[in-house]
Amino acid sequence: MKITEKDVSYVADLANLELAAEERGRMVRDLNSILDYIDRLNELDTSNVAPMAQVADRYATDNAKNGSDRFAYASRDDVLEGLRKSLPHEDALANAPQADGTFFTVPKVIER
Amino acid sequence: MEISTLTIEAARSAVATGKITATVLVESFYDKIQNEDSQIGAFLTLSKERAIDAASRIDKLAADGKPLPPLAGAPVAIKDVMVTRGVRTTAGSKMLENYIPPYDCTAVARLEQAGAVVLGKTNCDEFAMGSSNENSAFHPVHNPHDISRVPGGSSGGSAAAVAAGMAVVALGSDTGGSIRQPASFCGVVGLMPTYGRVSRYGLIAFASSLDHIGPLTRTVKDAAIVLTAIAGRDPMDSTSANVPVPDYVGELEKPVRGLKIGVAEEYLGEGLDRAVRKAVEAALQKLASLGCEVVPVSLPHTAYAIPAYYIVATAEASSNLARFDGVRYGYRARDASTLSDMYRRTRDEGFGAEVKRRIMLGTYALSAGYYDAYYLKAQKVRTLLTRDFEEAFRKVDVIVTPTSPTPAFKLGEKANDPLAMYLADIYTVTADLAGIPGISIPCGETREKLPIGLQILGRHFDEATILRLAHAYERAVAA
Repeated sequence: MKITEKDVSYVADLANLELAAEERGRMVRDLNSILDYIDRLNELDTSNVAPMAQVADRYATDNAKNGSDRFAYASRDDVLEGLRKSLPHEDALANAPQADGTFFTVPKVIER
Repeated sequence: MEISTLTIEAARSAVATGKITATVLVESFYDKIQNEDSQIGAFLTLSKERAIDAASRIDKLAADGKPLPPLAGAPVAIKDVMVTRGVRTTAGSKMLENYIPPYDCTAVARLEQAGAVVLGKTNCDEFAMGSSNENSAFHPVHNPHDISRVPGGSSGGSAAAVAAGMAVVALGSDTGGSIRQPASFCGVVGLMPTYGRVSRYGLIAFASSLDHIGPLTRTVKDAAIVLTAIAGRDPMDSTSANVPVPDYVGELEKPVRGLKIGVAEEYLGEGLDRAVRKAVEAALQKLASLGCEVVPVSLPHTAYAIPAYYIVATAEASSNLARFDGVRYGYRARDASTLSDMYRRTRDEGFGAEVKRRIMLGTYALSAGYYDAYYLKAQKVRTLLTRDFEEAFRKVDVIVTPTSPTPAFKLGEKANDPLAMYLADIYTVTADLAGIPGISIPCGETREKLPIGLQILGRHFDEATILRLAHAYERAVAA
């Protein structure tokens, strides 16, 4: 068992999940079974292998350039409303579970 | 007019010649959905107003004798992970049950600009996480070939809608196989383009370095038509590639003689259903008879793809899904007394079991003390898997494999065993990790008449070759 109930509580906390008591038991079981399978990655020696975070790392469109210069097309000027207009205030609030017409409203932030 | 076998070209030409109006055509699709979808469960939301508007615009063009765009009048279905302005978009989740997006996904907008008529939004596994569509928060989807079986996932609704003739084509998304595996289970064509070929703008993010949008269709040509319409650089997605878009339809007719087809034993090993193996072997013979050369290749890290995938994908998902906090949109738990209580209960009540499982796994893999052991390790293995393909593609033009180790399984069969469900993607996750394109096309059926899928993988941005070979195969078996 790699993961205990205590680990599940800690990770649920990080992920902002509550998890009911019966869910926690099942989560311990499921995560351990998945991680046992994932452990086979340790059969591979990767000490000299670079990590791959993005597919584009492998097919840079301009190999003559280095680093992020290869993806220069992906950058744009930093201007207000550069790509599209910001959403009208009304539209931005339209899906809010709770709003006062100007702001999103939430329960009190400071706990005492 | 028989609509259940309609292709994009046939729809366009019927509208162009005045045989039918786009408006009447879309109405007949809604009639079919009304009559038949209660058995299948492919659609979550219908966008009738928007569809009639789009169809009327096409009818006006036709009436004025103006040239019609390539998808004119073609009724399409959109997986419910792509946002549609003014049309409810749920991602198959209770979290977004009432979400009305204020903008359109680029791929959807481009399809509409090309003349397509959006029928509605299709059912899927919650946030595209699943291989059977059973993780939809609303209802499961039934496979049109056998309603006791799953349609595959996560684009199960899109695959089933096309297979059942309730849409001419559909868009799906593929993060670990979610276009190709349901295409295989439902007996349709499913194309996952190269990573960056199609903009992800407006695709509700699951795992950003692995997410792809692509078509599910009944013919390879339709897949080529849709790809031509939706591909290309989009300033709204900085990972969309600045690579020219060829005319994929024109490329279909080029000869396939002399193409080198790689076959990897790693994709034909333990766990492969006998009927699937036989069908794939027969397909390879057929391709050889067309003048292709079948060459053995080795992809030695294949066995590590599922474990690497489930770390990378869940880590990215745990980060992407942090945005669902009950503040700006989506579900919010009632009567929470503090902000942190509201976050927790919102996420607890809004997400289903599989989504929570993946958030937990991803958060764990990224947490202090485990980052190197899991996340960094998986990223390094991703490099090894990608190198396997780069090596193989020095020797061959495409690689042919089964799409899925088995045909469609029964509803409920794997629902309580997450690991068994993950292994349903064993032949598809590799292409997502490497970012190469792949297509699944029908290649026969089992004794129980369940469809079997053949997967063709290609080099980065070489969709033209896999489409061409798929098209040649399709034509050869039809002859």
